[in-house]
Amino acid sequence: MHYLLITVTICYLLSSAGYFAYLFAQHRTLYRVALGCIAAGALLHTVMIVAAFAGSGYFPARNLPQTLSLAAWAVACSFVALQLRLRLKVLGIFAAPLAAVAMLAASHLPGAAVASEPVLKGFWLTFHVIAIFLGEAALALAAGAGVLYLLQEHAIKAKKMGFFFKRLPSLELLDATGYSCIVAGFTLLTVGLVVGLVYAKMVWGRFWSWDPKEVWTGITWLLYAALLHERLMVGWRGRRAAIMAIVGFGALMFTFLGVNFFLSGHHGDFTKW
Amino acid sequence: MPDIVLLGLNHKTAPVELRECLAFSSDETVAASDILRKEPAIRELMLYSTCNRIEFLMVTEHREEVVGAAKRFIADFHGIPVQQFDRALYINTGDEAVRHVFRVASSLDSMMVGEPQILGQIKEAYFTATRQKTSGVILNRLLHRAFFVAKRVRTETGIGDHAVSISYAAIELGRKIFGSLEGKKALLIGAGEMAELAVEHLLRQKAGEILVANRTFENAVALADRFGGKAIAFEEITDSLERVDIIISSTGSPKPIITRDQVKGRIRRRRNRPLFFIDIAVPRDIDPRINRLTNTYVYDIDDLKGVIEENIEERNREAVKAERIVDEAVVHFRRWLDSLDVTPTIVALRKKVQRIAAAEIEKTLKGLGHLDEKDRRAIVRMQEVTVNKILHDPTIFLKRNGCHGDNAVYLDVVRKLFRLDESSEN
Repeated sequence: MHYLLITVTICYLLSSAGYFAYLFAQHRTLYRVALGCIAAGALLHTVMIVAAFAGSGYFPARNLPQTLSLAAWAVACSFVALQLRLRLKVLGIFAAPLAAVAMLAASHLPGAAVASEPVLKGFWLTFHVIAIFLGEAALALAAGAGVLYLLQEHAIKAKKMGFFFKRLPSLELLDATGYSCIVAGFTLLTVGLVVGLVYAKMVWGRFWSWDPKEVWTGITWLLYAALLHERLMVGWRGRRAAIMAIVGFGALMFTFLGVNFFLSGHHGDFTKW
Repeated sequence: MPDIVLLGLNHKTAPVELRECLAFSSDETVAASDILRKEPAIRELMLYSTCNRIEFLMVTEHREEVVGAAKRFIADFHGIPVQQFDRALYINTGDEAVRHVFRVASSLDSMMVGEPQILGQIKEAYFTATRQKTSGVILNRLLHRAFFVAKRVRTETGIGDHAVSISYAAIELGRKIFGSLEGKKALLIGAGEMAELAVEHLLRQKAGEILVANRTFENAVALADRFGGKAIAFEEITDSLERVDIIISSTGSPKPIITRDQVKGRIRRRRNRPLFFIDIAVPRDIDPRINRLTNTYVYDIDDLKGVIEENIEERNREAVKAERIVDEAVVHFRRWLDSLDVTPTIVALRKKVQRIAAAEIEKTLKGLGHLDEKDRRAIVRMQEVTVNKILHDPTIFLKRNGCHGDNAVYLDVVRKLFRLDESSEN
């Protein structure tokens, strides 16, 4: 199991290196190798998670290393899926290092003893976790596209045709990618949250228990809902949408990690270390 | 050994007045080749004439003679004494001539480095030469290599990637904003060569509706007809900002035509779709403060000139990479040319046949353990004699042919037939 973890980490690291090399050298082979690495990593990672799941009977999201590993998996998978549709190659400089850093952290943190409550078993819980993680990964990619958008927009507005102008695609493609990611991420997040609420009702007898993670997730959800609403109603696009995607991602990261470190609640155990 | 000789002049060595006088039209090129091919010292010939260069590419064994003949021919054909253009001429031979052809085809020798037309012109000239059968095995190979080098340079370096004209630079910027320009609507205000060129580029990119506005409505109608667009009144410009994506402005107006407030009010109604202003006019037609509004981009003539300057620098940097590709190709070509010498070809041919025969004999003898040493020697000898007899006639043919006539053709065929260049060339 440990070897698999190391192999997956190496795949993501190689992919990051490949994407950075591609950014500088703009050679197609580099990009293909990088994409191959992250795809191979995602595949092995899936095997690893399934194996851990089958071995313990619990979905492996019960302590911080496992949670980080799952986040890396979600980022890698959603990035590969995005590449199949939109081919925004340069986004790899954001996605691959994100997955690699999460994996590095996961492999270096000691795994805390995990609670073995029967409440943490079952299809709906697994579904809840996977949907939320994939959704969050898509929103992370949206933030990456947002950063690239701001870089490219600055180049065009400031009339400095430098490093990024040549290497980044059109504003339209960056904006469209960010938007697709937000739509996909928001949908998955919503589904995951609804399943979580229903599951909470089933095991604890109430939908909502004012757990800090729940509250912050609600805030994040509202933020993205506002962004989508504005886009659909008044055509919020471009710069403002990009900034909102980045702000949303900040809130998301706080919900994901910050809440567990600063506040406590029934989601806290999953990031214990 | 035949040598490649290139004689010519270009935009660096001759002023336009001289180039005009010495240029050949396509009909004249045919006529000129017909006259020059009668020159006995010229074995192969190709000549090309563009607005920036006139060059004679020849294969000969008598260099001095051919150079003199070509000069005399130019003087006679155009009725200009040799002294008037002699100083503008450059004469390259051997590797230098090869390099020159490769550089010309790759657009490294062009006035605007990386411009794509020259390759087409060289191809045209080469087809003329093949039609007239003035090119032979060496020029055929040289030109095919030149086309290959040009293609490599174009795909492996960014030499032609960046726009170097105002109108095209504007279109490229548009692509960085909108992605595809397909279906994008444009508004042309005023008229002018650069602005109209930009509209033509847009149409080539399958842009959508073109609106044309002009102080004089009749002029607008005339221009709109040309582009298959629609004329609008000058007063309608503000309203049209809701519909169009690209505005190209080129009027003689002393005051701005489009102000910041005009645009600001429209952004929300456009649902924030990006708006790209190309201002080619001096004094400017578009308020530069519009650039600071969200999702709105303004480029004036100086901005576009800045873009072009950067692009030219970029091309020159890429040209260094291209020179390396050319150098490599020159070495390859030299190797091939040397192989057209008789002796190495015969040696290579013998070696190849001997190698095959020896390998087969060894394989066969391994399975025939019952033979004694004498039998084995007899079989080996038989094989050696067979190889010699088979190779005897081809060797004599190649050697004898070398004394008279063009044996490059036969040497080339032999090398191809027996695949003697496997390792050295792709």
